[in-house]
This record gives sequence, structure tokens and C-alpha cells, in this order.
Amino acid sequence: MTATVTVVLAGVGGQGTILAADVLAKTAVAAGLDVKLSEVHGMAQRGGSVDTAVRFGEAVASPITDPGCADHLVAFEMIEAARQLRFVKPGGRLLVNTRTIDPLPVLIGDLESPEGVEEALVAEGAIFIDAEELACEAGSPKSANIVLLGALSTGLAFPVELWTEVITARVPAASVEFNLRAFELGRRACGEGGACLL
Amino acid sequence: MSLTLLSGNEAVARGAWEAGASVGVGYPGTPSTQALEAFACMEGAYAEWAPNEKVALEVAAGASMGGARSLVTMKHVGVNVAADPLFTLAYTGVGAGLVVFVADDPGMHSSQNEQDSRNWGPFARVPVLEPSDSREALDFTRVAFELSEQYDIPVIVRSTTRISHSKGVVNVDGPRRDHPSAAYAKDIGKWVMMPAMARARRAALDARMRELSAHVEGSPLNRVEMRDPAIGIVTSGVSYQYVREALPDASVFKLGISYPLPVAALAAFADEVDRLIVVEEADDYLATHLRALGMSPEYVGLPESGELSPGIVAQSLGGQAPVVRQTVEGLPPRPPLMCPGCPHRGAYNALRKVKAIVTGDIGCYTLGALAPLSSMDSCVCMGASVGMAHGMRLAGQGSDRPVVAVIGDSTFAHSGVTGLIDLAYNGSDALVCILDNRITAMTGHQHNPVSGSTLQGRPATEVDLEALCRSIGVQRVRTIDPHDLETAEQAVREEVASGKLSVIVFRAPCALLIKEKEQPYAVDEDLCTACGLCIRLGCPAISKGEDGKARVDITLCVGCGDCVQVCKFSAIELTGPACDIGGV
Repeated sequence: MTATVTVVLAGVGGQGTILAADVLAKTAVAAGLDVKLSEVHGMAQRGGSVDTAVRFGEAVASPITDPGCADHLVAFEMIEAARQLRFVKPGGRLLVNTRTIDPLPVLIGDLESPEGVEEALVAEGAIFIDAEELACEAGSPKSANIVLLGALSTGLAFPVELWTEVITARVPAASVEFNLRAFELGRRACGEGGACLL
Repeated sequence: MSLTLLSGNEAVARGAWEAGASVGVGYPGTPSTQALEAFACMEGAYAEWAPNEKVALEVAAGASMGGARSLVTMKHVGVNVAADPLFTLAYTGVGAGLVVFVADDPGMHSSQNEQDSRNWGPFARVPVLEPSDSREALDFTRVAFELSEQYDIPVIVRSTTRISHSKGVVNVDGPRRDHPSAAYAKDIGKWVMMPAMARARRAALDARMRELSAHVEGSPLNRVEMRDPAIGIVTSGVSYQYVREALPDASVFKLGISYPLPVAALAAFADEVDRLIVVEEADDYLATHLRALGMSPEYVGLPESGELSPGIVAQSLGGQAPVVRQTVEGLPPRPPLMCPGCPHRGAYNALRKVKAIVTGDIGCYTLGALAPLSSMDSCVCMGASVGMAHGMRLAGQGSDRPVVAVIGDSTFAHSGVTGLIDLAYNGSDALVCILDNRITAMTGHQHNPVSGSTLQGRPATEVDLEALCRSIGVQRVRTIDPHDLETAEQAVREEVASGKLSVIVFRAPCALLIKEKEQPYAVDEDLCTACGLCIRLGCPAISKGEDGKARVDITLCVGCGDCVQVCKFSAIELTGPACDIGGV
């Protein structure tokens, strides 16, 4: 029986984590796997932390996962990477967008922006990727979430054609081209021997 | 087979559609909202948002009485509002199938309490079905309509956040059952619940529940999975999935119907296993009922509140905790916040200026309780702001600080208007601010009686809030643009000074409804004195630099201009080539 693979996508409301999770889940369905995806709506979406779990395998029971149990963490933002780090199991893959979005208590000067986030992530073996820059290169900063999926895809067993098919069907028609480019750039950045910023 | 990914909410809609339901009514509430939204998109389905859950259930009751299979949707606290018709509809029974879909929120991701809707089963004497994933959400909803008609009773389908907002692979090949409305036949013994008829219907209800209790003993919705008899778990809903993952070898009694319980089957299971353990979230509903039936489930130390997870279940039964990486210490929390350009900010700015005691309500504007606005003193339930403002005045508050109620447009239509009638009737002198942002925003932009459109996009009569308030007897009613900060503050000052009951309608559309953004602003560092006034608006586009001076993030700024008005040094101006667009 194929073991269940767990991917946690963590970011800030509005960053496109939910669309990314949906593309990942649909790709797993297209690959003939059982899939469960868990997200939280409502109050959290108003600029709060958003984390989504996607789990796939031969038969998936729980839609959620536990700290120390995820195979992959895709963090869309540095502070959220540090916050959700606890989900990644030993030997798991930690993929981090280099962007930092300060939360409101920091913006208004009540709290300091945390020190040592990057160092801690480096110590935990994080793979860094500047998704916004690659997204701009692809044609739109909005495709940063797809860049990150491209980076994630090099650690998963799904064929590229499957991803391409799902992305094409899932994103608005006018944005297919730059999203596919974004996916490819993300893949290249984290491909075997790829030049991920470490 | 046509396999697709559906959330639990979407699956409920699909199940209702396959069952031939033609009427859907609800009130939005996380995590239930998408069930009715999905149903509204289905061929042959009529769907509407009602002003509140009580009205929703009453509309569905009428549709059921008239012969149409009907779906009602709400979140857990909505059932409190709908409880009045629910209890008596158990007596009357149904015409065509009537299913009440209720989504609970253990862990309170987006709710003010954690009440467990399974308790309505024995309390109201209505069956409660509990799917454990999207696939079952579809199947159980379809079955719920059959049970509703077979046993002449409304049926609750109870979900939780992790069912409603999780997606799973579902086969959507099922055809839609044709369910034309039958001719209406008057039956006052069944539908007019005056005491004499109600007494007869109560006896009939008890008889129906006895039949249903016999049915559930053999229902395929309940399932015994015998494995190792050393541990026998009784569970339902999403907890079943956690058990399967945490204890793959354990025997499981998976309840799909949590009221009425299959008493004999449960007793037989209890006899077959060495240790009987209940795994459930929220209330200890199953454990309590098993004990009342003479069984002795073990206490294994599961949490009393909040959500479970596979890990929590495993560790409560002696499983090893996995190795968890050290999180960086001192990470700042990331609370939800009002969007850039949110019209509520202007209203709170005015209320803060008069140091008001603010009784609040439920919606995006509840975020006004958080720093830096920190302008709300209470939030209890839908509509509570209005009555509580009156109560604070009765307790003698308001002599040094004005008492002000704050309520949104949809919440006012839901149950604030009855409070305002009370205030007018009983001569209150409070100020009620209706924050009319033209939409039900927090749940994801649903239309409401004030917004001018129905759920399915038909144009609708808009409630004239000002005329409504006047007709109730409020003599001082005015309409203010909350983005005009000075006028807003002046209006609040005048109304609290008036010594009369007054209503200010703060009207400006939700910032997310405005697709064309205005030109963003920037801070002129030479003029900025680092006074912090603009920071105190709590706009996510404005931050404090290391020098204490303000920065505007032009990628977030929507150009509402609120910050320009609070700046006393004219340091915030439209972006242009000469401006420093710091923070980008």
C-alpha cells in the first residue's frame, strides 16, 4: 500500500495558498490517488495565517496532519515558515519563499520583527526560493504560488504533463501562459542540481 | 465513474440535488456557507439567503409542507435561532423531505462558541446524521431526505469544520431523483400545533422515533469494523478518520447516525471488545449516552474542548509523540485584520475619539476590538450589540463615556432590528451605528436584504435602513460616509450629545467590492514627524519605519485617503515621481 504523502502549504491570507493547494490536490486525483485537502475559511482569511494540508496516497483517512508528520512544507512567507516548521518531519522537505510580510503588531510598532528566522530555517535545511522574482520573470507577480508549486513538484512523483494539464484547466484562460512559465521556472530553480538560493 | 474533488459543503449540496431537493434556504455562517452557494448553482434548484436561520427554516418548512424537498443550511449557532420552529417541526413532521444541514466549529476557527449540534437530536427529538468525509456528506444527505419522508421528521445532517472545509474525492455520477410536488391536502391535525393537536402529535412523534430507533439498529450508515478486539472505539464524524489513522488495528463502531443511537448494536460491540473507548470532539455526547445505557467507556484523557487530530488520538492511547522541530521563539502573532480601505475603520476612528463604550456584534467589524483600534467592548451573538447597549444604560453606564452599539447591515437585518424596536419602545437614549458595507463580508460576500440582490443574482428590493429605523420610532437617523472622518466624528459627537435614541448609518461599500483601485498614497519623509496618528488607524498598508516615520506599501494601498485625513502635517500625498514610496 502506497504511504500517504502530506504537504502543508502555509502563508498569509491573499497569497494564493488555497489555489496552489487545489492544483496540487487535483494533480494527485489525476494521478489516480485518493486525496484529502483541509483548509480554513472565514475570519482567518482576513490577512491572518492560512495553512492548508494536502494529503494523497492509496487511501487517505484524516484531512489534517500533526506536528512532526508532514513530508513537505511549502511556506509562502518567512515568518509563517518559522511558525509552521514544527509540522515537517525529520528528513522532510522545507521549501521557503524568501518574502517577509510583517504582521500588524509589527507594522504598528507594538512588536519587533522577529530575529533569527532565516538562520533558524537555514539550520533546519530549508530550500529558499524567491518566488516573486521568478513570477515577475514569468510575466506576473500573481503567479508566485505556481512558482512554489513548480519548486515542490521536483520532490513529488507526478509527471510534468499532469501538472501542466491541471494548471491549464484551473487558472483563468488569460493567465495560463505565464502560470505555466512560472511553474517551469519554479521547477528549474529546485530541480536536481538546481540553483536554489541557499 | 466521474471522480471529482468536493468539499463537504459542496458534497452536501450535491446530495440534496441528487435527492431531488428543489428549495434551499439558509443564512451564511462559517463553516456552513458554501453548501447553499453550491446548491444555488445547480440545475433546477431554487436557493435564497434568508435574513436569519429561523426564517430560513420556516421557509423550508413551508416548502416541505407544500411538497418540495427542502434543504436548510446554517452554522451551529444558527440552530439556536432556528430552534423555535425546529422543535415543533419534530411534532408536525414534514410534507416532502426536510433536511437541516448544520456545520459546527470545534476549535472555534471562526465562531464565538463551540456548541455541539448533536445535542439537538435528543433535545428536539430529530435524527442526526454525521458524515465523516465528503463522500459520506453526499450519500448521507441523500439518505437524510429518504429518512425524513419515511419517518415524517426533519433530519439534521451535522458536519464540522474539517468535514465542511476539507475536500475529498467523490463520485458525482448519481442522477437527480425526480421529486415533483404533490397536490396539497389540508391536514390541521398534523400542521396546526394547538395544544389538542400537539398532544396527539407528541405521541405520534414518540411512535415515529421508536420506529426510527429500530431502523437505526440495522442502518448501513452505522458500521462495525471488527479488527483486534483489545481496543474497541466508538466514534463518529471526522473523529473516525483520526481513529483509522492513529489506530489502524483497533475495532471501530462508526456511527453515521448519532441520534437515535443503535442501542443493541452498541451493547453487542461493547461486549466483544476488551477496552471500550469513545473518541469524539466537542461535547462528550456519545460517552454520556453510552454511560446512560449502562456501558462503561474508559476515560483516556482526550481534550475537553477544541479539535482532535490523528496525533492527539494516538497519544491519548499511549502512542509516541513524533519528533517536532523547535519553532523560532518570539514569533509575532498574525491576527486577522481589516483590509486596506475598509470602511469600518472610519467609524471606529470616530468612536475612539469620543471614548465610547462599544457593544459590538458579529462580522468583519468585530476586528475593531483588536489593536490598534481597540474600540469594542463586547461581542456575544448576532444582534446582541443593540440590546446590550440599552442594558448598559440601564446599569447606569454612559454618563462619562457614551454607550454605542455597532452592528453590520446583514447582522442588523438578522436580529438587530428587533433590538432596535425594543430600544425605541422602551425609550433608550443609546446611539446605534449600522455599518452598512453593502454585503455580508466576513463569510465571503453573500447578498442580504440590504444589498439589492438575491443569492441567485436576481435583483431584490433593498431594505431602506433609514426609513425602517424611523418607522420603528427612532427620530434621529442620519447617513454618513465613514471615509469622511471629520464628518463621521462630528456626527457621533452630536448624536451622543443629543440625549436621544439615534441611529447613524455608516454607508460605504466593502473595500473588496471595489474593483477599480484609487491611486495609492505615499509618505513625504521630510514632512512626517513620526507622530503615529496614521499608524493608529491599523491599516495593513501603513507601517512604522525604524525611524518611527510612516511608510505606505503602494502594493497594498487602495487610495481610500483615511490616513491623509488624520495626518496633521500633510505628509501623506498621492504617489508621484517626487515622492518617496518607502516600504516597497
